[in-house]
Amino acid sequence: MKNRYPAAFLSLTILLLMFLGLNVCIGSVNVPLREVLEILGGSGSGSTNGDIVLQMRLPRAIAALLLGGGLSLSGYLLQTFFHNPIAGPFTLGISSGAKLTVAMVMVFALGRSLSISSAAMIAAAFLGAMISMGFVLLMSRLVDHMSILIVSGVMIGYICSAVTDLVVTFADDANIVNLHNWSKGSFSGIDWSDVTVMAIVILVSSACVFLMSKPISAYQLGEQYAKSMGLNVKLFRGLLVVLSSVLSACVTAFAGPISFVGIAVPQLVKRLFGTAKPILMIPACFLGGAAFCLFCDLLARTAFAPTELSISTVTAIFGAPVVIVILLQKKMNQGG
Amino acid sequence: MEPSFFLTQGLTVGYRGVPLIQDVEICLNRGEILSLIGPNGAGKTTILKHIIRQMEPICGTVCLDGRDIGKIPGQDLAKQMSVLLTDRVRPELMTCEDVVAAGRYPYTGKFGILSPEDRQMVREAMALMSITELAARNFLQTSDGQKQRVMLARAICQEPGLLILDEPTAYLDIRYKIELLDILRKMAREKQIAVIMSLHEIDLAMKISDRILCVKADGGTVFGSPEEVSKICPIGELYGLEKGSYNALYGSVELAMPVGEPAVFVVGGGGFGIPFYRELQKRQIPFAAGVLYENDIDYPVAKGLSSHVISAPAFSVMQRQQLDAAADWMERCSLVIDAGTPARELNALNRELLSLAREKGIPVQDHL
Repeated sequence: MKNRYPAAFLSLTILLLMFLGLNVCIGSVNVPLREVLEILGGSGSGSTNGDIVLQMRLPRAIAALLLGGGLSLSGYLLQTFFHNPIAGPFTLGISSGAKLTVAMVMVFALGRSLSISSAAMIAAAFLGAMISMGFVLLMSRLVDHMSILIVSGVMIGYICSAVTDLVVTFADDANIVNLHNWSKGSFSGIDWSDVTVMAIVILVSSACVFLMSKPISAYQLGEQYAKSMGLNVKLFRGLLVVLSSVLSACVTAFAGPISFVGIAVPQLVKRLFGTAKPILMIPACFLGGAAFCLFCDLLARTAFAPTELSISTVTAIFGAPVVIVILLQKKMNQGG
Repeated sequence: MEPSFFLTQGLTVGYRGVPLIQDVEICLNRGEILSLIGPNGAGKTTILKHIIRQMEPICGTVCLDGRDIGKIPGQDLAKQMSVLLTDRVRPELMTCEDVVAAGRYPYTGKFGILSPEDRQMVREAMALMSITELAARNFLQTSDGQKQRVMLARAICQEPGLLILDEPTAYLDIRYKIELLDILRKMAREKQIAVIMSLHEIDLAMKISDRILCVKADGGTVFGSPEEVSKICPIGELYGLEKGSYNALYGSVELAMPVGEPAVFVVGGGGFGIPFYRELQKRQIPFAAGVLYENDIDYPVAKGLSSHVISAPAFSVMQRQQLDAAADWMERCSLVIDAGTPARELNALNRELLSLAREKGIPVQDHL
């Protein structure tokens, strides 16, 4: 038992590095690992393979890594906040809310041939995420039942998706294909400048989350006990809402809505570690989410190449069964 | 004289500005135990919530160690006061040890890493509540009684000066109830901790507490030593007992007495009558009992279950007039029970009573 945590961290890191390597090497053109390392070392830039590795695969892989980690962390925060194991940015409609506002901003900008910076996209996504979150919080005040909360979140998600489809359908532009791809969720078309912006947002927010691991641990015994420990619950809840929204908004702004990562990964990681201690869970969720998204993106790109699957298709196939298992286990633990 | 460690002055509590209980006056020194007793819904928990600052008083103040608790920063207050609530906690994947260790929160650093001293405190608190063997067990997979002890250990290892417990004996069986109260007594004395708790077990409350706060259904309160309080505020009245009764000396309750004219006469004493009284109550048969000395252990039970008890003053010799009164009631009954009390010098008249019954042709049995 004593070596369980280091072993779990080590295996997550190995998985992460392995999928990162595979993502860079495998594709329509396979580049051997040795050549990749050479390219990274500086030689061979300018060659076709060099361009593929440096300009396409590497930024995409790093984006999948960062966004996957951020998404999983966002899910972990929401589960903590609502004391609900199947809360996540997707089930609560937060991703879809972000998707709606981003789609509207994009259509508006494309219609006027304006270019939008990635920071503006994140801002738009954050706004949408906060609006959805507002609805969910309102619902959680009115009903104290976790399944109703989730159902209302899913409904908010559907409404936002429907409006997004409407907006996308009536947007008349050549870029519509891009927009369509994005609204289904994809890591394609991400360049280094995007990666820089997302790295700043995700890494800073994740660091903030890590700094909050002590109050999160106090919150695990419920709000009343957290208060009795001297925790400023209002401020804490506010921070939790903002950080989880920033994380999922950032993901949505760059890669569209990605389902199930936010629920499945934290749950799998909890089982791997056999604990819910925030100080372990926060880095572990990040690592796990990163590895999971790298793996799913690899499949999305290569499974039916040259056709590329949307990332949500793959994450749903692997994530949804996890949710079902969680629900069944919960039922059985409660004794039916 | 040193001012009290814990003090409320003119405290009025309630929900949304509507006063529920007015002018709660408590003063408690270190090492003392205060129990809140009173009927369900009277507001014991509400008062506790104000003391632990989860609700704002409508007026009045709560002072701890000379400071208004409203002005103590949260982290400092957490080092002075720990709580056990009735809320159910459902932490996922936490061992019992993790839950207890959560009590060290106010003492750990930025990341909440436990120092060796913290671990030592956790172990001591667990040993005190005899849950050491539960350390590695998943909290959610323990029984309600075990959970309660884990949460108590958590409150204890927070090293408070004031311990607030809302119904700490809930879910505990009789052994752990007694153990818990003994531990509280010991901690209060040795570590000079003040304890404020709500209890449903009035008998235990009277025995363990230095101070009692009666919270009445009408929103009034009575504060004082157990003796003072039981004089001012009879328990039966406090709980609005109309059917059953409460015996303050024994701390026992009796169920509602059967109504109507007595059908059975029980000749008892010295504890022999009690099983018959109880059985008759269960069958809802009204009965009369006698002749009992007022200091006989049968007497309070008979009094609780029958309105026709013929009694003799303690330490006197039974008088002819008591025999006559008993005979009078006995003749109206269709059955006489001889509970089997040995007849000696002082209660010799009871033997006479039984022979009188036989003479009159009333059946006399030693069983029901």
